[in-house]
Amino acid sequence: MQLLLQDYSGRPTPLYFAERLSNQLGGARIFLKREDLNHTGAHKINNTIGQGLLAKKMGKKKSSRKPEPDSTVLRQRRFAPCWVWNARFSWEKKIFADKKLNVYRMRMLGAEVVPVTSGSRTLKDAGNETMRYWVANVEDTFMLFGTAAGPHPYPYMVREFQKVIGEETREQALTNMGRLPDTVIACVGGGSNAIGMFHPFIDDSQVTLMGVEAGGRGIESGAHAATLSQGTPGVFQGSYSYVLQDIHGQVKEAHSISAGLDYPGVGPEHAFLRDSGRVRYCSITDQEALDALYLLSRTEGIIPALESSHAVAQAVKLAPECSSEHIMVVCLSGRGDKDVEAIAGYEGGGLQ
Amino acid sequence: MNPLDHSFATLKQRGGTAFMPFVTVGDPNPECTVDILLTLQEAGASMIELGIPYSDPLADGPVIQRSSQRALKNSVTLTSALECAQLAKQQGLTIPLLLFTYYNPLLQLGLHTAFERMSVAGIDGIIIPDLPYEENERVRALSETFGIHLIPMVALTSKDRVPKIVERAAGFIYCVSSFGVTGMRSQLHTELEAFVRYVKEVSGLPAVVGFGISTSEQYREVSRYADGVVVGSAIVHAIEQQRELWLDPDSRAEAAHSLRSFTEHLISK
Repeated sequence: MQLLLQDYSGRPTPLYFAERLSNQLGGARIFLKREDLNHTGAHKINNTIGQGLLAKKMGKKKSSRKPEPDSTVLRQRRFAPCWVWNARFSWEKKIFADKKLNVYRMRMLGAEVVPVTSGSRTLKDAGNETMRYWVANVEDTFMLFGTAAGPHPYPYMVREFQKVIGEETREQALTNMGRLPDTVIACVGGGSNAIGMFHPFIDDSQVTLMGVEAGGRGIESGAHAATLSQGTPGVFQGSYSYVLQDIHGQVKEAHSISAGLDYPGVGPEHAFLRDSGRVRYCSITDQEALDALYLLSRTEGIIPALESSHAVAQAVKLAPECSSEHIMVVCLSGRGDKDVEAIAGYEGGGLQ
Repeated sequence: MNPLDHSFATLKQRGGTAFMPFVTVGDPNPECTVDILLTLQEAGASMIELGIPYSDPLADGPVIQRSSQRALKNSVTLTSALECAQLAKQQGLTIPLLLFTYYNPLLQLGLHTAFERMSVAGIDGIIIPDLPYEENERVRALSETFGIHLIPMVALTSKDRVPKIVERAAGFIYCVSSFGVTGMRSQLHTELEAFVRYVKEVSGLPAVVGFGISTSEQYREVSRYADGVVVGSAIVHAIEQQRELWLDPDSRAEAAHSLRSFTEHLISK
C-alpha cells in the first residue's frame, strides 16, 4: 500500500505555503495540503487504493460504488483495472447530464455507468442503489464506499486509509516550521478528507480543528447540506449520526453547488467530534465558496475543487483576524478541473 | 399468548402454511389500505405485514420503493400508519399484524412511544430490516416489555451468525430467500430449502420465507418446507396496477374483488 501511494499516486503530497494568498488577506500564514496533486486529482485515491487492495485480498472480481459526483469515480476506475474486472457505478440522473465529460472519462476507463432512476434520483439515492446492487451481488462484488460514512466498518476503514493526510501534514509542519499548525481546516460532506486530516491531530489540543459544511443558498433558505449544524441524530445508510431529516425520520434532500458535499448524512466520527467539542463545524455558502475558488485561482494559479473551496473560504474569513505568526493549514482535497462545467452552469450560460 | 404464536400453533395442528402478504400502508391511500387489509384477510391471509413508508428503503426493490414514495406523498407517517391499522381492527380485521419498518422512523418517534402506540394499535410483531442484531438490545427489551415480537431476519449470507441471531428470538424467523432486495424473481435460490430447514432446527421457531416469491408455483414450492410465506412485491404490484379503481370509491369494490381473486389464485393448491 505504501508503495502504491508513493509510486502510483505520488505521495507524499506537498504542504505548500500560499504566500500570495496570505499576503493578500493579511494575517495568518496559509498553507495548503496539496491533495489535489494526487494522481486523478484528489484525496479519494488514498481510500481507493486501500479498499482496492482489500477487494483483491477478498477475491472479489467486481466493484460497485456510489460515485462521489466528481472525478472520484475516475480515481476508482483508473485504479480498478489493476485488479478489478468490472466496475459498475450508479449515478444520479441530474449529474449524468451535468457531468457528461466525467461520465465519458469513466467509460473510457471501462466502467459501466448506470443512471439512478429510483427515489428522488439524487446522490443519496445513488448510494442506496449502490448498496442494493451490492447486497444482490455480494458473492463477487465489493462495495467501494468513498466517504467515512455508511455501515460499519466503512467509516473506520475510510478514516484509516485517509489519515495519511493528517500524518503527513503533522510531520511536514514539524519539519518545515518546527511546530504544529494553529488551525487546520477541511471541508465536510460525508467527511473523508476532513477525518483523514483531523485524526492525527485529535490529541494535540493546541491545534484548532475546523470542519466546513456546505451552506448552499444559505442555512435560512433550507437549501443546504449542513448536516452537523442543522441535522438531528438518526440512522441513515447504516450509521447513527447527524442526518438532515423531518420529524418523522424521512431523509431530506441536501443542496450544494458542490455535488461532493451534497449529502444529507455525515460520517459518525464527525458526529462524535462535534458533540465532544473537539472539532468546530461551520458552513460556507455556494457563493462564498465560488468567490474563494476565484481568489485562490487568481492569487496562486490553483483551481480548487468546489468541495475544497468551502475550506478555502473559511480560511479567507478567518485569516485576516489572526496574527502573522498564526499557521493555518487548509486541506486542498481536490482540484477543480472536474467542476468547470458546474461552475459555468452556476454562473449561467455554461461553457461557450 | 401472542396472537402470532397462536396462529402458528393452529396452523401447525392443521399442517398449513401461514400466508403473509405485505402491504405498504397508505398506498394508494390510507382509506384504501383498510379495505385492502380486510380483502386480504378474506382471501386467506393468516397475518399481514404492514410496510411503513420510508424515504430510503435500502432493502426494497423498485415495486415497493415506488409504493413507499406514493404513500409518503399521502403524508403517511408511522403514527398515521398505526392509526390505519387500528381502524382496520375496528372494522373487523382479526388476524395478527406485523410492522415492517426501517429503524429511523421508530427512533424519531421515540422507541418507547413507538412501542406504546404499536401496542394500542394491536401490532403483534415488528421487523426492522436495517437494525442489526448487535445493535438491537433496547428494541428487544421494549419488545419483551410490550409483548410485541421482534422478528429477526436471516439471509443465506448470515451463515455463522445464524445461531447468534436466532438465540433470543421470539415469534418466528424471517428467512430472506435470496441475495438482494425485495422483488419478484423468476427463480429461487437452490440452497433455500436446506437453509430454511437449518434455521428451523437451530431456532426451534417457525421459519417464514420472504423476498422474491411472486407466483403460485413458487408459493407452493416454498410452502412445502417453510411455516410461512411472505408475498410482497407481487401484491403491491397488483394494487399499483389497479390504482385508479382503488382511488375511486365507486369502483373500489371491483378493485377489492380483483385483489381477492389474484390472491386466492396465488395461494391455491
